[in-house]
Amino acid sequence: MRPLTLRRLLLQCLLLVLILFIVVVIALKFGAVPVSLYALGRDVLRFLLGQTSQISSDYGLIIWNIRGPRILLAIFVGASLSVAGTSFQALLRNPLADPYVLGVSSGASVGAILALIAAPYLSLPSTLTALLTPVGAFLGAGATIAAVYVLGRREGQIDSTTLLLGGVITGSFLSAIITLLMGTVTSGNNRGMVFWLMGNLSTSFQKSVYWFLGIGFFVAAGAIYTTATDLNLLLAGEKEAMHLGVDVRRVRLVVYIAASFLTGLAVSVSGSIAYVGLIVPHVMRLIFGSDHRTLLPTAAFGGAIAVVFADTIARTVVAPTEIAVGAVTAIVGAPLFIYLLRRRLA
Amino acid sequence: MSSSSAFARNPSDASRSNSEARLSVEQVSYAYSANPAQAPLFTLEATSFQAKPGEIVAILGPNASGKSTLLKLIAGALAPMSGRILLNGFVTHSLTPRTRAQRIAVVQQESTLLFPARAWEFVLQGRHAHGRSLRFESEDDVLIAKNALAQVGAAELSDRWMDQISGGEKQRVILARALAQQPLLLLLDEPTLHLDIAAQVGLLDSLRRLAAANRYTVVVVTHELNLAAEYSDQVVLMQRGRCLRVGPPSSIYQRELLEQVFQTPLSVELGASGRPRVTVLSATQP
Repeated sequence: MRPLTLRRLLLQCLLLVLILFIVVVIALKFGAVPVSLYALGRDVLRFLLGQTSQISSDYGLIIWNIRGPRILLAIFVGASLSVAGTSFQALLRNPLADPYVLGVSSGASVGAILALIAAPYLSLPSTLTALLTPVGAFLGAGATIAAVYVLGRREGQIDSTTLLLGGVITGSFLSAIITLLMGTVTSGNNRGMVFWLMGNLSTSFQKSVYWFLGIGFFVAAGAIYTTATDLNLLLAGEKEAMHLGVDVRRVRLVVYIAASFLTGLAVSVSGSIAYVGLIVPHVMRLIFGSDHRTLLPTAAFGGAIAVVFADTIARTVVAPTEIAVGAVTAIVGAPLFIYLLRRRLA
Repeated sequence: MSSSSAFARNPSDASRSNSEARLSVEQVSYAYSANPAQAPLFTLEATSFQAKPGEIVAILGPNASGKSTLLKLIAGALAPMSGRILLNGFVTHSLTPRTRAQRIAVVQQESTLLFPARAWEFVLQGRHAHGRSLRFESEDDVLIAKNALAQVGAAELSDRWMDQISGGEKQRVILARALAQQPLLLLLDEPTLHLDIAAQVGLLDSLRRLAAANRYTVVVVTHELNLAAEYSDQVVLMQRGRCLRVGPPSSIYQRELLEQVFQTPLSVELGASGRPRVTVLSATQP
């Protein structure tokens, strides 16, 4: 018997923090304009010493104003999607559940686009207008997962094949709605169709958005983390979890709202980045096991690592133009999804 | 939750009220209906019985007799339409899931896992209701889980994967998880369903031993006439949603009664152990 200890959990997280650090350094270094490691190290040191005025202006601009915020965005988007995916997998008892596969990301996109369309008509102060998109995305995500949940039920039980099919169909229906909305309404929206359908991280936002993203992530992921041991038991089914002392209704509500919020948060700033919520939890499960006390934090770090890395590839592979980061994750994710599906059927 | 502090969780404390009934099912009824406006699809008529610590009660009857419904009511998973079920004086279905899991352990027919787990991880799940959420298992929890595995003779299975052990071994690990809950009441739904005869006898032998040693009250749902006769102190005989009779096996096992309930000719004699033994006869025999 080797039950989980706090020490082991912290060591695992520390390992992933180190990997994330290395990936972030790589992401800062590579791009359309190469930055030498020496210059990077020097600037980081100066930043830490508070001598920001001495940072050379050309590199400084690229690092602090362009790549830095983008990497920060990638970290929160990756972590949010990955934690949402882990939660949906436990809640729906389906190892193939993921915000993108279930159509939840598309639902969030529709909500975000509707919010963008509605924003000019509502005379709100600018700080509230900035939050309108994530709120719209959250509502879109919440409504979609509720619809997919209802579609996936057969005789009162969740049927995993019906659920996945329901999600895929809902997703393609909502993608059509996105195309329709983008075709008819273009005013006040500088982000194109590819953004919402494939996702990318090239938009820069005002500072308050990053704060909202960070705080929102920690609150929602924290709420999910309080149910970590309950989620472990839910893997065996709701009835069994209830007999072991899980307040199934409460857990379902908390995780459902928080995971929809995380999806909405990620989608409102980056569009629908596919498969992150599917691949990362599976890889982490293979490495660290399926205890949610470990899985949730390691999946958050893993998601951050994966998206920062995928975005670096998206930025550099055909530089100076860039491809949508969602295309990179889908190229890796779709074959893996098929592999997991086949292994489960076998 | 104000009741929880006054409640004796420790089995040794609970045995103070040894002479009194621990479980009391009082005129409990229930009705299933797909639609409240329609007539119910299935009804359980008023059922009553009582059980003491250390006692094994078998709920016996053919398919669709209401056995499993009665078990769900006792487990607190369903609220009775009328009547009440008391466990040491507390109404089971109004307890919170957490408090209920500290007092009642339910062993279901099968347990499917979404992701592989080792037997010890599975048994530690039984400690969930005893800790705060988000804490790490204490040394006590580990000790209790180890003991539970040892009590069902499955200590050597501790590090094995749940999907790589036999049906009988799995059933023992599931039972160990229920023991790790340190319950007052142990409920089992057709525990012998997928087991071969040796595993069935093994499981029921350990149940009888555990009920005596730990003073559990055990309620087992079964349609196995002979196993119920051999291992239970009390039998609750059910047919089509009605509780026909409650009593020791010797008073329940009468040929006419069982023939009528199970709709098949059979003979009842006294077995070597002094308990009734049923032989099912072929209906086509002259």
